[in-house]
Amino acid sequence: MGGLIYVLFGISVVFNGLGVIALIRFPDVYTRLHGATKCTTFGSIFTALGIIAYGFARGGAAHETLAIHTIVALVALLVTNPTGSHAIARAAHRSGVKPKGAVVDRLEGRS
Amino acid sequence: MLAILVTAVVAFLFYLLLTLGSGSVGEWSATELITGAVLSLIAGLIAGRVVFSKKERSGKSHYRMLNPLRWLTFLVYLIGPFFFAMARANLDVAYRVITGRIRPGIVRLSPGLSTDLGITLLANSITLTPGTLSVDVDEGTGDLFVHWINVKDTEPTCEAVCGSFPKWARRIAE
Repeated sequence: MGGLIYVLFGISVVFNGLGVIALIRFPDVYTRLHGATKCTTFGSIFTALGIIAYGFARGGAAHETLAIHTIVALVALLVTNPTGSHAIARAAHRSGVKPKGAVVDRLEGRS
Repeated sequence: MLAILVTAVVAFLFYLLLTLGSGSVGEWSATELITGAVLSLIAGLIAGRVVFSKKERSGKSHYRMLNPLRWLTFLVYLIGPFFFAMARANLDVAYRVITGRIRPGIVRLSPGLSTDLGITLLANSITLTPGTLSVDVDEGTGDLFVHWINVKDTEPTCEAVCGSFPKWARRIAE
């Protein structure tokens, strides 16, 4: 069980790290959103899974409460993250930020 | 109005489930009951129009999301096809982060969903999958504008961008 928890945390650190690299490498707000919100979400899901596994492995009322609360936090993360990144992207496009190097922009000229 | 009340009641029941065994009024403490009631009412006011109603043009409410089978389908979708697609797309984006090979663009998709909840579910699934990001929606036709990090086709079909997601969204919410 301990090994599994280390693997989960390891995956989460790798993907969160990739999110940081994406933030530096990518050219504009939209592509950065891909790296900075999605890679880190995937990483954070594995952090949460690690904590859930830890909570149930340790047992006892306090640790099980921790695990259940983390499950609720995981669901909240899955709902709020896309809403937030969608809001940032929509606001950016409405305030006139063009996607850099885009091969096609079907939204141009609308709204 | 009824939609708001039904949403509030469902939210309140869920809150009660989470705070089970917290005090002496039945199984709950008085503070939790009052907090739960206030929060559920707020949640109902915000989300009632989305969860239990159709799109604005028909304006009618429906209560098919009260069917537990739909929530079970949602759970199966989250754990199975959605998580698999998300993991695969994450590896793809990880590759693009390292090599810097991107071909970004905003494309238009016509998923053909008719309810607000279905479109919300699909847009959220698309945004959570790395490599695709829903930027805007055409309220009239339900078309989505998606920022795609690796455009293979400027007039793509829904399947090319988001795989089986529209099929599942239809199964869950319509």
